[in-house]
Amino acid sequence: MNQVQQGPLWTVLLVPVLLGALALAGAAFARVLDARADGRRITGAVLAAPLAESGRLLVQQRRAVVASDRLLARIGVVLVPVAAVLAALVVPLGDTTASDLSVGIVWFNAMEIVMWAALWMAGWGTNSVWGLVGGYRFAVQGLSYELPHMFALITVATGAASLNVSDAVAAQDGLWFVVWMPVAFVAFLLSALALSFAGPFDTATGRDIAGGVLAEFSGVDRLLLLAGRWLLLAAAAAMSVPLFLGGGAGPLLPPWLWTLVKTVAVLGVLVWIRSRSATVRMDRFAEFGWIVLIPLTLLQALLVALVVVSRGPAMGGM
Amino acid sequence: MYEAVIFWVCAVGAVVTGVAVFRVDSMARATFALLASFVFAAIPLLLLGLSYLGVLVILMMIMEMVVMAVFMIMLMMNPAGLMPMTMVHNQRGSLVIAVGTFVVLATGVLLVDWPQRQGEPPADPTFALGEALMGSHMLVMLVVGLGLFATIVSAVVLAHPRGRYDRFGDDLSRRPADDPIRGVGR
Repeated sequence: MNQVQQGPLWTVLLVPVLLGALALAGAAFARVLDARADGRRITGAVLAAPLAESGRLLVQQRRAVVASDRLLARIGVVLVPVAAVLAALVVPLGDTTASDLSVGIVWFNAMEIVMWAALWMAGWGTNSVWGLVGGYRFAVQGLSYELPHMFALITVATGAASLNVSDAVAAQDGLWFVVWMPVAFVAFLLSALALSFAGPFDTATGRDIAGGVLAEFSGVDRLLLLAGRWLLLAAAAAMSVPLFLGGGAGPLLPPWLWTLVKTVAVLGVLVWIRSRSATVRMDRFAEFGWIVLIPLTLLQALLVALVVVSRGPAMGGM
Repeated sequence: MYEAVIFWVCAVGAVVTGVAVFRVDSMARATFALLASFVFAAIPLLLLGLSYLGVLVILMMIMEMVVMAVFMIMLMMNPAGLMPMTMVHNQRGSLVIAVGTFVVLATGVLLVDWPQRQGEPPADPTFALGEALMGSHMLVMLVVGLGLFATIVSAVVLAHPRGRYDRFGDDLSRRPADDPIRGVGR
Protein backbone atom coordinates (compact mmCIF):
# COMPACT_ATOMS: atom_id res chain seq x y z
CA MET A 1 0.00 0.00 0.00
CA ASN A 2 1.18 3.51 -0.78
CA GLN A 3 2.31 5.84 1.97
CA VAL A 4 -0.19 8.62 2.74
CA GLN A 5 0.90 11.89 1.13
CA GLN A 6 0.22 15.49 2.00
CA GLY A 7 -2.31 16.72 -0.57
CA PRO A 8 -2.24 20.08 -2.37
CA LEU A 9 -3.65 23.10 -0.55
CA TRP A 10 -7.08 22.92 -2.17
CA THR A 11 -7.76 19.58 -0.47
CA VAL A 12 -8.36 21.61 2.70
CA LEU A 13 -11.48 23.00 1.04
CA LEU A 14 -12.64 19.47 0.28
CA VAL A 15 -12.67 18.54 3.99
CA PRO A 16 -15.75 20.56 5.03
CA VAL A 17 -17.60 19.48 1.87
CA LEU A 18 -16.97 15.77 2.39
CA LEU A 19 -17.54 16.01 6.13
CA GLY A 20 -20.79 17.89 5.53
CA ALA A 21 -21.98 15.22 3.10
CA LEU A 22 -21.16 12.49 5.61
CA ALA A 23 -22.90 14.38 8.41
CA LEU A 24 -25.98 14.87 6.26
CA ALA A 25 -26.00 11.18 5.36
CA GLY A 26 -25.71 10.30 9.04
CA ALA A 27 -28.57 12.61 9.99
CA ALA A 28 -30.73 11.20 7.18
CA PHE A 29 -29.99 7.64 8.33
CA ALA A 30 -31.03 8.62 11.86
CA ARG A 31 -34.34 9.91 10.46
CA VAL A 32 -34.85 6.62 8.62
CA LEU A 33 -34.23 4.66 11.81
CA ASP A 34 -36.64 6.91 13.71
CA ALA A 35 -39.28 6.48 11.01
CA ARG A 36 -38.91 2.71 11.10
CA ALA A 37 -39.16 2.67 14.88
CA ASP A 38 -42.38 4.70 14.62
CA GLY A 39 -43.74 2.39 11.92
CA ARG A 40 -43.83 5.20 9.36
CA ARG A 41 -43.12 4.62 5.68
CA ILE A 42 -39.69 5.69 4.52
CA THR A 43 -40.28 8.33 1.87
CA GLY A 44 -38.21 10.98 0.18
CA ALA A 45 -39.49 13.43 2.74
CA VAL A 46 -37.94 11.39 5.55
CA LEU A 47 -34.58 11.27 3.76
CA ALA A 48 -34.66 14.99 3.00
CA ALA A 49 -35.77 15.91 6.51
CA PRO A 50 -32.31 17.07 7.72
CA LEU A 51 -31.99 19.38 4.71
CA ALA A 52 -35.52 20.69 5.14
CA GLU A 53 -34.89 21.27 8.84
CA SER A 54 -31.67 23.14 8.00
CA GLY A 55 -33.57 25.38 5.58
CA ARG A 56 -36.27 26.03 8.14
CA LEU A 57 -33.71 26.96 10.80
CA LEU A 58 -31.89 29.25 8.36
CA VAL A 59 -34.93 31.47 7.94
CA GLN A 60 -36.16 31.15 11.51
CA GLN A 61 -35.87 34.16 13.78
CA ARG A 62 -33.11 34.11 16.36
CA ARG A 63 -34.27 34.74 19.87
CA ALA A 64 -32.37 35.53 23.02
CA VAL A 65 -33.22 35.50 26.70
CA VAL A 66 -32.93 38.75 28.63
CA ALA A 67 -29.40 39.42 29.92
CA SER A 68 -27.92 36.49 28.04
CA ASP A 69 -24.16 36.54 27.48
CA ARG A 70 -24.36 36.77 23.72
CA LEU A 71 -20.62 36.97 23.16
CA LEU A 72 -19.88 33.68 24.92
CA ALA A 73 -22.95 31.99 23.45
CA ARG A 74 -22.03 33.01 19.91
CA ILE A 75 -18.40 31.92 20.31
CA GLY A 76 -19.53 28.59 21.69
CA VAL A 77 -22.08 28.01 18.93
CA VAL A 78 -19.62 28.84 16.16
CA LEU A 79 -16.83 26.78 17.73
CA VAL A 80 -18.86 23.55 17.60
CA PRO A 81 -18.86 23.06 13.79
CA VAL A 82 -15.49 24.80 13.38
CA ALA A 83 -13.81 22.41 15.82
CA ALA A 84 -15.35 19.42 14.03
CA VAL A 85 -13.98 20.54 10.65
CA LEU A 86 -10.56 21.37 12.13
CA ALA A 87 -10.44 17.92 13.72
CA ALA A 88 -11.17 16.32 10.35
CA LEU A 89 -8.26 18.14 8.68
CA VAL A 90 -5.80 15.42 9.72
CA VAL A 91 -7.96 12.51 8.50
CA PRO A 92 -6.47 11.03 5.31
CA LEU A 93 -8.74 10.10 2.41
CA GLY A 94 -7.06 7.14 0.79
CA ASP A 95 -3.48 8.17 -0.01
CA THR A 96 -4.06 11.90 0.43
CA THR A 97 -4.45 13.98 3.55
CA ALA A 98 -5.31 17.66 3.76
CA SER A 99 -2.81 18.21 6.57
CA ASP A 100 -0.08 15.72 7.38
CA LEU A 101 0.65 17.16 10.84
CA SER A 102 3.46 15.42 12.70
CA VAL A 103 1.23 15.33 15.78
CA GLY A 104 -2.08 14.68 14.00
CA ILE A 105 -3.44 12.39 16.72
CA VAL A 106 -2.91 15.01 19.44
CA TRP A 107 -4.37 17.68 17.16
CA PHE A 108 -7.52 15.62 16.66
CA ASN A 109 -7.88 15.18 20.40
CA ALA A 110 -7.31 18.90 21.05
CA MET A 111 -10.03 19.87 18.58
CA GLU A 112 -12.43 17.41 20.22
CA ILE A 113 -11.75 19.03 23.57
CA VAL A 114 -12.70 22.41 22.10
CA MET A 115 -16.18 20.88 22.13
CA TRP A 116 -16.18 20.95 25.95
CA ALA A 117 -15.48 24.66 26.10
CA ALA A 118 -17.86 25.38 23.21
CA LEU A 119 -20.85 23.55 24.67
CA TRP A 120 -20.27 24.95 28.12
CA MET A 121 -20.09 28.49 26.74
CA ALA A 122 -23.21 27.93 24.64
CA GLY A 123 -25.11 26.54 27.62
CA TRP A 124 -23.96 29.27 29.97
CA GLY A 125 -24.39 32.11 27.51
CA THR A 126 -28.13 31.71 27.06
CA ASN A 127 -28.80 32.70 30.66
CA SER A 128 -31.23 29.83 30.96
CA VAL A 129 -31.20 27.26 33.70
CA TRP A 130 -31.72 24.43 31.19
CA GLY A 131 -28.81 25.54 29.06
CA LEU A 132 -26.62 25.92 32.14
CA VAL A 133 -27.50 22.45 33.45
CA GLY A 134 -26.90 20.99 29.97
CA GLY A 135 -23.50 22.66 29.66
CA TYR A 136 -22.45 21.42 33.09
CA ARG A 137 -23.67 17.92 32.29
CA PHE A 138 -21.55 17.85 29.14
CA ALA A 139 -18.42 18.97 30.98
CA VAL A 140 -18.99 16.56 33.86
CA GLN A 141 -19.73 13.61 31.61
CA GLY A 142 -16.49 14.37 29.81
CA LEU A 143 -14.54 13.38 32.91
CA SER A 144 -15.86 9.83 32.52
CA TYR A 145 -14.83 9.15 28.94
CA GLU A 146 -11.93 11.49 28.27
CA LEU A 147 -9.24 9.37 29.94
CA PRO A 148 -10.30 6.13 28.18
CA HIS A 149 -10.47 8.15 24.96
CA MET A 150 -6.93 9.43 25.45
CA PHE A 151 -5.66 5.98 26.38
CA ALA A 152 -7.22 4.65 23.17
CA LEU A 153 -5.38 7.29 21.14
CA ILE A 154 -2.15 6.61 23.05
CA THR A 155 -2.53 2.91 22.31
CA VAL A 156 -2.68 3.65 18.59
CA ALA A 157 0.29 6.02 18.85
CA THR A 158 2.25 3.34 20.73
CA GLY A 159 1.45 0.73 18.11
CA ALA A 160 2.51 3.09 15.34
CA ALA A 161 5.48 4.49 17.34
CA SER A 162 4.35 7.91 16.09
CA LEU A 163 1.73 10.60 16.65
CA ASN A 164 1.39 11.08 12.91
CA VAL A 165 -1.81 9.73 11.33
CA SER A 166 -0.06 8.60 8.13
CA ASP A 167 2.43 6.61 10.21
CA ALA A 168 -0.50 4.98 12.01
CA VAL A 169 -1.92 3.95 8.63
CA ALA A 170 1.48 2.67 7.46
CA ALA A 171 1.94 0.67 10.67
CA GLN A 172 -1.27 -1.26 9.91
CA ASP A 173 0.11 -2.70 6.70
CA GLY A 174 -0.84 -6.35 7.05
CA LEU A 175 -2.65 -6.25 10.38
CA TRP A 176 -5.25 -3.65 11.26
CA PHE A 177 -5.07 -2.14 14.72
CA VAL A 178 -8.69 -3.07 15.39
CA VAL A 179 -7.60 -6.73 15.48
CA TRP A 180 -5.16 -6.37 18.35
CA MET A 181 -6.60 -3.18 19.92
CA PRO A 182 -10.33 -3.98 20.06
CA VAL A 183 -10.79 -2.39 23.49
CA ALA A 184 -9.23 0.87 22.32
CA PHE A 185 -11.49 0.81 19.26
CA VAL A 186 -14.65 0.39 21.34
CA ALA A 187 -13.54 3.07 23.81
CA PHE A 188 -12.87 5.40 20.89
CA LEU A 189 -16.33 4.84 19.41
CA LEU A 190 -18.06 5.28 22.78
CA SER A 191 -16.31 8.57 23.41
CA ALA A 192 -17.05 9.66 19.84
CA LEU A 193 -20.74 9.30 20.63
CA ALA A 194 -20.29 11.11 23.94
CA LEU A 195 -18.27 13.97 22.45
CA SER A 196 -20.98 14.68 19.89
CA PHE A 197 -23.56 14.43 22.70
CA ALA A 198 -25.42 11.72 20.82
CA GLY A 199 -27.40 9.02 22.58
CA PRO A 200 -26.84 7.13 24.87
CA PHE A 201 -24.75 10.07 26.12
CA ASP A 202 -27.19 12.86 25.22
CA THR A 203 -27.88 14.08 28.75
CA ALA A 204 -26.53 17.53 27.81
CA THR A 205 -29.52 17.98 25.51
CA GLY A 206 -31.85 15.67 27.43
CA ARG A 207 -35.60 15.89 27.29
CA ASP A 208 -35.68 16.00 31.10
CA ILE A 209 -34.09 19.47 30.92
CA ALA A 210 -36.16 20.73 27.98
CA GLY A 211 -33.36 20.25 25.45
CA GLY A 212 -30.55 21.47 27.72
CA VAL A 213 -27.92 23.33 25.73
CA LEU A 214 -30.30 23.49 22.77
CA ALA A 215 -33.21 24.80 24.82
CA GLU A 216 -32.90 28.51 24.07
CA PHE A 217 -31.26 28.37 20.67
CA SER A 218 -33.22 28.96 17.50
CA GLY A 219 -32.51 29.86 13.91
CA VAL A 220 -28.92 29.85 12.71
CA ASP A 221 -27.53 29.25 16.21
CA ARG A 222 -29.51 26.05 16.58
CA LEU A 223 -28.53 24.96 13.09
CA LEU A 224 -24.83 25.43 13.88
CA LEU A 225 -25.13 23.40 17.09
CA LEU A 226 -27.07 20.56 15.45
CA ALA A 227 -24.84 20.52 12.37
CA GLY A 228 -21.73 20.66 14.55
CA ARG A 229 -22.78 17.60 16.53
CA TRP A 230 -23.28 15.61 13.31
CA LEU A 231 -20.04 16.94 11.84
CA LEU A 232 -18.10 15.81 14.89
CA LEU A 233 -19.71 12.36 14.83
CA ALA A 234 -18.78 12.08 11.13
CA ALA A 235 -15.24 13.30 11.87
CA ALA A 236 -14.80 10.72 14.63
CA ALA A 237 -16.12 7.96 12.35
CA ALA A 238 -13.72 9.09 9.64
CA MET A 239 -10.82 9.22 12.11
CA SER A 240 -11.48 5.67 13.33
CA VAL A 241 -10.63 4.42 9.81
CA PRO A 242 -6.95 5.54 9.70
CA LEU A 243 -6.53 4.81 13.41
CA PHE A 244 -7.98 1.32 13.60
CA LEU A 245 -9.24 0.08 10.22
CA GLY A 246 -6.13 0.34 8.08
CA GLY A 247 -7.00 3.60 6.31
CA GLY A 248 -7.45 3.07 2.58
CA ALA A 249 -6.21 -0.52 2.61
CA GLY A 250 -8.40 -3.04 0.81
CA PRO A 251 -8.61 -5.14 -2.35
CA LEU A 252 -9.86 -4.03 -5.80
CA LEU A 253 -11.29 -0.61 -4.94
CA PRO A 254 -9.06 2.51 -4.91
CA PRO A 255 -7.89 3.62 -1.44
CA TRP A 256 -10.06 6.73 -1.27
CA LEU A 257 -13.16 4.65 -1.93
CA TRP A 258 -12.17 2.14 0.75
CA THR A 259 -11.76 5.00 3.23
CA LEU A 260 -15.23 6.26 2.37
CA VAL A 261 -16.79 2.79 2.55
CA LYS A 262 -15.26 2.12 5.98
CA THR A 263 -16.19 5.59 7.24
CA VAL A 264 -19.80 5.17 6.14
CA ALA A 265 -19.93 1.74 7.79
CA VAL A 266 -18.58 3.07 11.12
CA LEU A 267 -20.87 6.09 10.94
CA GLY A 268 -23.81 3.78 10.24
CA VAL A 269 -23.01 1.71 13.34
CA LEU A 270 -22.64 4.86 15.47
CA VAL A 271 -25.95 6.28 14.24
CA TRP A 272 -27.63 2.94 14.83
CA ILE A 273 -26.36 2.87 18.44
CA ARG A 274 -27.39 6.49 18.86
CA SER A 275 -30.94 5.82 17.71
CA ARG A 276 -31.41 2.46 19.40
CA SER A 277 -30.12 3.10 22.92
CA ALA A 278 -31.68 4.72 25.94
CA THR A 279 -29.94 7.65 27.62
CA VAL A 280 -27.40 6.52 30.21
CA ARG A 281 -27.47 8.38 33.49
CA MET A 282 -24.24 10.30 34.05
CA ASP A 283 -23.48 8.80 37.47
CA ARG A 284 -23.89 5.26 36.09
CA PHE A 285 -21.62 6.12 33.20
CA ALA A 286 -19.07 7.71 35.53
CA GLU A 287 -18.79 4.43 37.42
CA PHE A 288 -18.54 2.43 34.21
CA GLY A 289 -15.94 4.83 32.84
CA TRP A 290 -13.69 4.77 35.88
CA ILE A 291 -14.11 1.19 37.06
CA VAL A 292 -14.39 -0.62 33.73
CA LEU A 293 -13.19 1.52 30.83
CA ILE A 294 -10.04 3.02 32.35
CA PRO A 295 -8.54 -0.27 33.60
CA LEU A 296 -9.47 -2.03 30.36
CA THR A 297 -7.96 0.66 28.13
CA LEU A 298 -4.86 0.77 30.37
CA LEU A 299 -4.45 -3.00 30.04
CA GLN A 300 -4.88 -2.64 26.30
CA ALA A 301 -2.19 0.03 26.21
CA LEU A 302 0.10 -2.19 28.32
CA LEU A 303 -0.44 -5.13 25.99
CA VAL A 304 0.35 -3.06 22.92
CA ALA A 305 3.41 -1.54 24.62
CA LEU A 306 4.71 -5.03 25.47
CA VAL A 307 4.22 -6.18 21.87
CA VAL A 308 6.01 -3.10 20.56
CA VAL A 309 8.91 -3.51 23.00
CA SER A 310 9.28 -7.21 22.24
CA ARG A 311 9.37 -6.47 18.52
CA GLY A 312 12.47 -4.37 19.16
CA PRO A 313 13.34 -0.81 18.17
CA ALA A 314 13.18 -1.53 14.43
CA MET A 315 9.80 0.15 14.02
CA GLY A 316 9.57 3.70 12.54
CA GLY A 317 9.25 6.72 14.83
CA MET A 318 12.42 8.12 16.33
CA MET B 1 7.80 37.37 7.69
CA TYR B 2 4.48 35.62 8.35
CA GLU B 3 6.02 34.12 11.48
CA ALA B 4 6.69 37.60 12.82
CA VAL B 5 3.10 38.61 12.07
CA ILE B 6 1.70 35.56 13.85
CA PHE B 7 4.02 36.12 16.79
CA TRP B 8 2.98 39.75 17.24
CA VAL B 9 -0.70 38.98 16.81
CA CYS B 10 -0.38 36.30 19.50
CA ALA B 11 1.72 38.52 21.77
CA VAL B 12 -0.75 41.39 21.63
CA GLY B 13 -3.68 38.98 21.85
CA ALA B 14 -2.23 37.29 24.94
CA VAL B 15 -1.74 40.63 26.71
CA VAL B 16 -5.15 42.00 25.72
CA THR B 17 -7.04 38.87 26.81
CA GLY B 18 -4.89 38.75 29.93
CA VAL B 19 -5.96 42.28 30.83
CA ALA B 20 -9.54 41.37 29.96
CA VAL B 21 -9.49 38.72 32.70
CA PHE B 22 -9.44 41.54 35.26
CA ARG B 23 -11.72 43.93 33.39
CA VAL B 24 -14.75 41.76 32.65
CA ASP B 25 -17.50 41.45 35.24
CA SER B 26 -18.41 37.82 34.80
CA MET B 27 -16.71 34.72 36.09
CA ALA B 28 -17.37 32.86 32.84
CA ARG B 29 -15.90 35.60 30.69
CA ALA B 30 -12.87 35.90 32.93
CA THR B 31 -12.29 32.15 32.65
CA PHE B 32 -12.45 32.12 28.88
CA ALA B 33 -10.41 35.31 28.53
CA LEU B 34 -7.72 33.53 30.54
CA LEU B 35 -8.07 30.50 28.29
CA ALA B 36 -7.69 32.69 25.19
CA SER B 37 -4.58 34.21 26.73
CA PHE B 38 -3.08 30.74 27.28
CA VAL B 39 -3.90 29.68 23.73
CA PHE B 40 -2.26 32.83 22.36
CA ALA B 41 0.80 31.94 24.43
CA ALA B 42 0.79 28.37 23.07
CA ILE B 43 0.83 29.32 19.39
CA PRO B 44 4.42 30.72 19.50
CA LEU B 45 5.47 27.23 20.64
CA LEU B 46 4.19 25.96 17.29
CA LEU B 47 6.27 28.65 15.58
CA LEU B 48 9.35 27.26 17.34
CA GLY B 49 8.67 23.89 15.75
CA LEU B 50 7.57 22.41 19.09
CA SER B 51 4.34 21.16 17.55
CA TYR B 52 3.71 18.47 20.14
CA LEU B 53 4.12 20.85 23.07
CA GLY B 54 2.08 23.58 21.37
CA VAL B 55 -0.90 21.38 20.58
CA LEU B 56 -0.64 19.72 23.99
CA VAL B 57 -0.69 23.08 25.79
CA ILE B 58 -3.83 24.05 23.86
CA LEU B 59 -5.45 20.70 24.68
CA MET B 60 -4.59 20.74 28.37
CA MET B 61 -5.47 24.41 28.84
CA ILE B 62 -8.94 24.01 27.35
CA MET B 63 -9.62 20.94 29.46
CA GLU B 64 -8.20 22.54 32.57
CA MET B 65 -10.07 25.81 32.16
CA VAL B 66 -13.41 24.06 31.59
CA VAL B 67 -12.92 21.96 34.71
CA MET B 68 -11.78 25.08 36.55
CA ALA B 69 -14.82 27.04 35.35
CA VAL B 70 -17.02 24.36 36.87
CA PHE B 71 -15.31 24.61 40.26
CA MET B 72 -14.75 28.38 40.29
CA ILE B 73 -18.35 29.15 39.56
CA MET B 74 -19.49 26.49 42.00
CA LEU B 75 -17.37 27.91 44.83
CA MET B 76 -17.64 31.65 44.18
CA MET B 77 -19.43 33.70 46.80
CA ASN B 78 -21.95 35.04 44.34
CA PRO B 79 -24.81 32.69 43.50
CA ALA B 80 -23.68 30.36 40.68
CA GLY B 81 -21.37 33.09 39.43
CA LEU B 82 -24.32 34.71 37.70
CA MET B 83 -23.99 38.03 39.51
CA PRO B 84 -21.54 40.64 38.23
CA MET B 85 -18.21 40.26 39.98
CA THR B 86 -14.64 41.42 39.81
CA MET B 87 -11.45 39.38 39.67
CA VAL B 88 -9.47 42.09 41.46
CA HIS B 89 -8.92 41.90 45.21
CA ASN B 90 -6.44 43.96 47.21
CA GLN B 91 -6.34 46.33 44.28
CA ARG B 92 -3.37 48.46 45.31
CA GLY B 93 -1.18 45.56 46.41
CA SER B 94 -1.85 43.50 43.32
CA LEU B 95 -1.15 46.50 41.09
CA VAL B 96 2.20 47.06 42.78
CA ILE B 97 3.14 43.37 42.51
CA ALA B 98 2.03 43.14 38.86
CA VAL B 99 3.79 46.31 37.72
CA GLY B 100 6.90 45.42 39.77
CA THR B 101 7.13 41.93 38.27
CA PHE B 102 6.62 43.32 34.78
CA VAL B 103 9.34 45.95 35.24
CA VAL B 104 11.82 43.40 36.65
CA LEU B 105 11.20 40.92 33.84
CA ALA B 106 11.23 43.59 31.12
CA THR B 107 14.51 45.09 32.34
CA GLY B 108 15.88 41.55 32.53
CA VAL B 109 14.93 40.94 28.91
CA LEU B 110 16.60 44.16 27.83
CA LEU B 111 19.72 43.95 29.99
CA VAL B 112 20.65 40.27 29.81
CA ASP B 113 23.46 39.46 27.42
CA TRP B 114 21.65 36.93 25.23
CA PRO B 115 23.91 34.20 23.82
CA GLN B 116 24.46 33.89 20.09
CA ARG B 117 23.03 30.83 18.35
CA GLN B 118 25.61 28.10 18.00
CA GLY B 119 24.92 25.29 15.55
CA GLU B 120 21.66 24.41 13.87
CA PRO B 121 18.25 23.70 15.42
CA PRO B 122 17.78 19.94 15.91
CA ALA B 123 15.61 17.94 13.53
CA ASP B 124 13.06 17.20 16.24
CA PRO B 125 13.05 20.10 18.74
CA THR B 126 10.45 18.44 20.99
CA PHE B 127 12.64 15.36 21.38
CA ALA B 128 15.72 17.50 22.02
CA LEU B 129 13.87 19.59 24.61
CA GLY B 130 12.63 16.46 26.34
CA GLU B 131 16.17 15.07 26.51
CA ALA B 132 17.52 18.37 27.79
CA LEU B 133 14.85 18.58 30.50
CA MET B 134 14.67 14.93 31.52
CA GLY B 135 17.70 13.17 30.09
CA SER B 136 19.11 10.82 32.67
CA HIS B 137 16.46 11.83 35.21
CA MET B 138 13.67 9.98 33.44
CA LEU B 139 13.46 7.26 36.10
CA VAL B 140 13.39 9.86 38.89
CA MET B 141 10.64 11.78 37.10
CA LEU B 142 8.56 8.64 36.63
CA VAL B 143 8.90 7.70 40.29
CA VAL B 144 8.01 11.24 41.37
CA GLY B 145 4.95 11.14 39.10
CA LEU B 146 3.87 7.83 40.59
CA GLY B 147 4.43 9.20 44.10
CA LEU B 148 2.32 12.28 43.37
CA PHE B 149 -0.47 10.13 41.98
CA ALA B 150 -0.37 7.83 45.02
CA THR B 151 -0.55 10.91 47.24
CA ILE B 152 -3.66 12.16 45.45
CA VAL B 153 -5.36 8.78 45.73
CA SER B 154 -4.52 8.39 49.43
CA ALA B 155 -5.62 11.97 50.17
CA VAL B 156 -9.01 11.23 48.57
CA VAL B 157 -9.29 7.94 50.44
CA LEU B 158 -8.43 9.62 53.76
CA ALA B 159 -10.82 12.50 53.13
CA HIS B 160 -13.70 10.25 52.17
CA PRO B 161 -16.24 10.13 54.97
CA ARG B 162 -17.39 6.57 54.28
CA GLY B 163 -15.09 3.58 54.27
CA ARG B 164 -15.61 -0.10 53.57
CA TYR B 165 -16.70 -0.77 57.18
CA ASP B 166 -19.55 1.70 56.73
CA ARG B 167 -20.56 -0.08 53.56
CA PHE B 168 -20.07 -3.75 54.41
CA GLY B 169 -20.47 -3.75 58.21
CA ASP B 170 -17.91 -4.44 60.95
CA ASP B 171 -16.94 -7.87 59.67
CA LEU B 172 -17.19 -6.81 56.01
CA SER B 173 -19.89 -9.42 55.40
CA ARG B 174 -22.98 -7.29 54.75
CA ARG B 175 -24.36 -7.83 51.23
CA PRO B 176 -25.61 -5.77 49.50
CA ALA B 177 -23.58 -2.87 50.80
CA ASP B 178 -25.32 -0.13 52.76
CA ASP B 179 -25.08 2.74 50.28
CA PRO B 180 -26.93 6.06 50.43
CA ILE B 181 -27.15 6.11 46.63
CA ARG B 182 -26.37 3.75 43.80
CA GLY B 183 -23.43 4.39 41.55
CA VAL B 184 -20.44 6.58 42.22
CA GLY B 185 -20.23 8.66 45.37
CA ARG B 186 -21.39 5.90 47.69
